[in-house]
Amino acid sequence: MNKLSNQRAWLFVVPVVLLVAFNALIPLMTVVNYSVQETFGNNQFFWHGVGWFEQVLKSERFHASLLRQLAFTTMILLIEVPLGIAVALCMPRKGPWVSVCLVLMALPLLIPWNVVGAMWNIFALPDIGLLGKMINGLGIDYNFTQQPVAAWVTTVLMDVWHWTSLVVLLTYAGLCSIPDAYYQAARIDGASGWAVFRFIQLPKLNRVLTIAILLRFMDSFMIYTEPFVLTGGGPGNTTTFLSIDLVKIALGQFDLGPAAAMSLIYFMVVLLVCWIFYTAMMRNEGQS
Amino acid sequence: MAIELKGVTKVVGTETHIYPTDLRLEEGAFNVLLGTTLSGKTTLLRLMAGLELPGSGEIWFNGENVTGVPVQKRSVSMVYQQFINYPNFTVFDNIASPLRVACVARSEINSRVENMAGLLKLDNFLGRQPAELSGGQQQRIAIARALVKNSNLVLLDEPLANLDYKLREELRDEMPRLFADTGATVVYTTTEPLEALMLGGNTATLYQGAVSQYGNTATCYRQPANLKTAKVFSDPPINTAQVTKRGERFYLDDKISWVAPTSLRSLKDEVYTVGLRPHHLSLEDSEQETVSIEAEVEIAELSGSESVVHLNVRGNAWVSESTGIHPFEMGQRTNVYMQVAQCLYFDHTHKLVQI
Repeated sequence: MNKLSNQRAWLFVVPVVLLVAFNALIPLMTVVNYSVQETFGNNQFFWHGVGWFEQVLKSERFHASLLRQLAFTTMILLIEVPLGIAVALCMPRKGPWVSVCLVLMALPLLIPWNVVGAMWNIFALPDIGLLGKMINGLGIDYNFTQQPVAAWVTTVLMDVWHWTSLVVLLTYAGLCSIPDAYYQAARIDGASGWAVFRFIQLPKLNRVLTIAILLRFMDSFMIYTEPFVLTGGGPGNTTTFLSIDLVKIALGQFDLGPAAAMSLIYFMVVLLVCWIFYTAMMRNEGQS
Repeated sequence: MAIELKGVTKVVGTETHIYPTDLRLEEGAFNVLLGTTLSGKTTLLRLMAGLELPGSGEIWFNGENVTGVPVQKRSVSMVYQQFINYPNFTVFDNIASPLRVACVARSEINSRVENMAGLLKLDNFLGRQPAELSGGQQQRIAIARALVKNSNLVLLDEPLANLDYKLREELRDEMPRLFADTGATVVYTTTEPLEALMLGGNTATLYQGAVSQYGNTATCYRQPANLKTAKVFSDPPINTAQVTKRGERFYLDDKISWVAPTSLRSLKDEVYTVGLRPHHLSLEDSEQETVSIEAEVEIAELSGSESVVHLNVRGNAWVSESTGIHPFEMGQRTNVYMQVAQCLYFDHTHKLVQI
């Protein structure tokens, strides 16, 4: 191959390079740029080194929202994954009800995030909302705009309502791909229902569940719209998750430096967890 | 410990999967269920196992009516076309699993599993997981699991179909030996006539949900009781044509005729169906008594040592199978030679004519 044809080949790469540059590289580099500089307006920037990173990592506010975020994500995963598996196991495998169930399951996934937030906001209002009014009618004092616990319960409930379907659909697809012969073999062995789940279904669902957990982790870790519409991060700061906090700093207070540093730390955390999942998945892949 | 089906049927929706079937498979025998896909082999196996309830009729095992008895209470084991093993168990645990469910003592489990692993050449893989092994070894695990239970009825549902050619031959050769000592009644389904012949034992041929014949494998092949059995038990499919008997001769049409065998000369003069296996339709004249017919070549499939030639023989789509390479052009005309002594004759009810 001569040199000329090599040079020409670069032309074909240009569109992709441009796309990636405008899509990811330039915005990301802008953030990196902000995170190491200080500005006093007037578009003048001064070198600030790793100062912002230190500040963010030491700030109690960041610790609090990171902790809140981790608590929220853990709760979401602990509820949605087992619940999703349970629902998928209960769904019919054949017959006319299959499509009915699938459509019903897919419905929440089709609703835009801010609509979900608004829906649940109205639904849970203690004076006029169906849910809020009912709970209060039962004699339980419930007001998610004032009580932190009620706000958390409502937010988690909303996310469970919105996203469990995803786990259900993925698990259901995984269950459908297990050949019937496995169940027959288990019946011949005299295996109990629990043994079938533990030793056949769960191992066979291994991969699809890893993907479900990964997706649910990323989505819930970056959650913004729904709690923003539902509670606005309140009452106080009790439902201010990482991305809500980030927007408050960046757009509310216009602290570009700390916000940029925080974004990068946030990004690194997500990247790290994804990498762990990816490695785990690839190891499973190697086994089978 | 014979298994007996008495008037067993299975209807799913509006489709009949199994027509009323009476079948008695003898104790300790190697039984082959031979039939094309969708002929009802698997359904019949599942009925025998008790995984499905028959629509009507009864299933008797060892002189006992077991029709409604659930599968886990019967002494049954089964091997499938897919390689079914517990995915996250080691080979040892996989083979041991039925014994553990049955609460067998630990020391006995160890000795029985090791014994079985030796028999199936799995001794070196006991600590591995099924997914790390080849397809042939995975199927060996499944067979070991089925055998280690010492059950009275072992059902094998096309166990070799998903293996590649070489592994299939190897395992097929071992099959009868593996089951010989168990004393269990073995039922083995296959779509391949050749496989049935190599496994020996008894064969039941299934045709569209009904058993057309049951008996010694070689007898079923050489003297099919009816046209259905002849069709199922021939690959490539048996050549058939309508012939008319007039006096001492059978007439394919006005020009082609041959003398009927002595035993058939007293038959009534009417229309019969003649069946001739593809390897009895030669491309070269032989010493045997033959009838030469001019035919048109449609397709010639040449393998390394055999030729399968599809022909139009006076309006009938026939196949000739012979050793050696015989290249033909499409549409080429050639002479084929019927070995008339090998012809099978069926009457209008499609029963073999024997006198």
